[in-house]
Amino acid sequence: MSALYTRLDRALGAEVIGLIGFLLLVLVGFSLATPQFFTVANFDSMAFQLPELGILTLAMLMPIISGGFNLAIVYIANLAGLTLAWTLIQFGGTEAGAGAFLLGSVLAIGVGALAGAMMGLVIAYIGAHPILVSLSMMIFLRGLGEFLTRGGDISGFPPFLSSIGHGYILGIPVPLIIFLAVALLWHVLLTRTRHGFSVYMAGSNIRAAEYSGIHTRRNLTLIYTLSGALCAVAGIVMLTRFNSVRVGHGEALLLVTVLACFLGGVDPMGGFGRVVPVVLALIILQVLSSGLNLLGANQHLSTAVWGLFLVGVMILRWVAARFPMRL
Amino acid sequence: MSTAAQPETVPALRLAHISKIFGGVKALNDVSFELGRGEVHCLAGENGCGKSTLIKIITGVYTPEPGAEMDYFGQRLTSVTPNQARALGIAVIWQDLALFSEMTVAENIAFDTLAGGRPRLVNYQKIHTMARAALARLGVTLDLDARLNTLPISQRQIVAIARALVSEARIIFMDEPTASLTQAETDRLLDVVRTLSAAGVAVVFVSHRLAEVLEIASRVTVLRDGKLVGVYDTEGMTQSRLTELMTGKTFDKVVSAQDRSADPPVLEVSHLSRAGDYHDINLVIRAGEVVGLTGLIGAGRTELGHTLFGMTRPDSGTIKLNGQPLALRSNRDAIAAGIGYVSEDRLALGLIQPQSIADNMVMAVLARISGSDGLISTRMKTDTVNHGISSLAIKLGQPADAVSTLSGGNQQRVVLAKWLATQPRLLILDSPTVGVDVGARDGIYKIVRRLAGQGLAILMISDEVSEVYFNTDRILRMAGGRIVAEIDPRRISLEQLEEAVYA
Repeated sequence: MSALYTRLDRALGAEVIGLIGFLLLVLVGFSLATPQFFTVANFDSMAFQLPELGILTLAMLMPIISGGFNLAIVYIANLAGLTLAWTLIQFGGTEAGAGAFLLGSVLAIGVGALAGAMMGLVIAYIGAHPILVSLSMMIFLRGLGEFLTRGGDISGFPPFLSSIGHGYILGIPVPLIIFLAVALLWHVLLTRTRHGFSVYMAGSNIRAAEYSGIHTRRNLTLIYTLSGALCAVAGIVMLTRFNSVRVGHGEALLLVTVLACFLGGVDPMGGFGRVVPVVLALIILQVLSSGLNLLGANQHLSTAVWGLFLVGVMILRWVAARFPMRL
Repeated sequence: MSTAAQPETVPALRLAHISKIFGGVKALNDVSFELGRGEVHCLAGENGCGKSTLIKIITGVYTPEPGAEMDYFGQRLTSVTPNQARALGIAVIWQDLALFSEMTVAENIAFDTLAGGRPRLVNYQKIHTMARAALARLGVTLDLDARLNTLPISQRQIVAIARALVSEARIIFMDEPTASLTQAETDRLLDVVRTLSAAGVAVVFVSHRLAEVLEIASRVTVLRDGKLVGVYDTEGMTQSRLTELMTGKTFDKVVSAQDRSADPPVLEVSHLSRAGDYHDINLVIRAGEVVGLTGLIGAGRTELGHTLFGMTRPDSGTIKLNGQPLALRSNRDAIAAGIGYVSEDRLALGLIQPQSIADNMVMAVLARISGSDGLISTRMKTDTVNHGISSLAIKLGQPADAVSTLSGGNQQRVVLAKWLATQPRLLILDSPTVGVDVGARDGIYKIVRRLAGQGLAILMISDEVSEVYFNTDRILRMAGGRIVAEIDPRRISLEQLEEAVYA
């Protein structure tokens, strides 16, 4: 047992083991509490709900590891969605083909990356605080988006989009595949690339990183550019799922992405955080929300449970640090 | 708590049979300590010898093991709490000073009378009066309304001392008070300490800088591995003898300079100027040569080092490396050209303390350890780290441990390993042994010599004159932004050199 734990610990880290344990606990708990929980239908619906929040959370992750923040994620996603919608409408709305969708997606990702790059440049070269910069960007994009859409819904997209938003490949929901692909990409980016390495170093001590020859300004610019591009991916997924775009859609997800990052063990001071525990944290949040929903609890109650849950995790972490487990 | 009516002959502190065990390890083993009233006493020993533990027992932070005898101003106490210790007049000024950087000088000095108790309005008049009185006792004037973070470290230290005086301290412990002070500031601090002593306040000095220890203290208590080595009068004590007592080893200090004028030049600097920092600098460093750059802080040494490392741009003049002129736009250019820079501020700039030893070591060579796919190669990274650990004999637990878990000497070896991985031709060492134990310094010097032996050109910047005297081939003395003298250590005594630098 002890040897197994040590091996697991080395491979995954105590953080991941703890989260897996907790996930199993809530899975078993809800399965016992309601027969509807452990069903294909429930897991199917969870698999469709998770990706939007998941992709946005990954867009928040890298800025937080770098010691910053990106408050504009939801509105970047919205504006990217608008870009795609505009392209589709230019090509005939419901008549638009797959080429228009591809072109629109590329443009959307470009718009997201551009919004991110603007924030990154200001943060890196002017030295303004990321919270203020991204807050300004958030307000700017919200105003811009509401101005362009007059606050209404944009819809009338080609029917084949539902095969993305609601379709399956090999029995796996397409949004989930997109999310897992992005998570894998982000994992490799953070753990294996020079950029990822620099994110951690500069996140801990940007001046010392600069002294060691890391191009910290370029690094910061890239962090927010990538974050913006990822928001755009979330915006595209949202468009295909709801078959419409509305500025402000997904607004409530902003703080949940922060919650998911911290639940996944990301250091709020910067310098530490990994993709795998954050993904586990996301799954736990989704399971809690769906499970409570099945039990007949109010949607607002499940939000309250999320909050309590985060406080509980912080207390547990404190206990674990004070009284290390001896196995 | 009355301490009245005690004869002045009773020592301020007398401790005997002090032991402290942490998790089975004896941090202190039957140590005794005595401090006279108004005495300036030095507590010496390497990191981990038990100095801090002893101070924490005296100030009530830790409780000693049973059997301890503790007399405070003649009063036998079996245990003290931190509050009792404060009431007895014991104050500690830790190296980080524990001041409030956003508050004013006056507020900091009077802080202890402001804090605690029932909420009440702050009487700024009273605060000013108290602060002024405390500073007057030290013979110092400071702007009472200046925010602390606008003051240099040396003045903050004075504020910390004044704060201790306001709470009627009769014994003040000072932890490494001079570590970041210039020589002139150190002299001023030592004057303040003498003033305190004359006023009957005992001062216990904890310092790595043995020269000033011997200058200021009347007695020195030496600890090693938690045991008392002895108590010695500083009269007749030498630095090398004290080092031996602290480390239990002998170091033969001899001038190691050699003539390198026949070797090819690696760095050639001519007429280099930068307004406000340095002026008309000319220097050559040859392959295998260690050149010392000394002078007081503010003489422009570190500023020159920054320019050579590409962090700042000169106004005029040229820098050549291996005969090639360099136009450095950033330190990345300097690193690519083969220049490494060991910062004087290891905590904030030299290393990223919370990150792993391994990551710190490869930080400057990310391109080198990346494979053809552009990803960092785990194998190449491990090879680089292992090579650094073995070639510099770094003592560590796991390479994945945070670098902050290492001792100062081993941390400095990690910094060196980081730069050696870049395969530099010129290494700039800025105050390479700051915060490094006396015993571990020798190891750093040996490494420097070995690297020079492999053909590296080394510029050693230091304000510790003996450091450059014993460990370089040639010494350049800077003052007021200019190089004012070139000195051959073989033709001058250490005392003469010290006089030249500090005069």
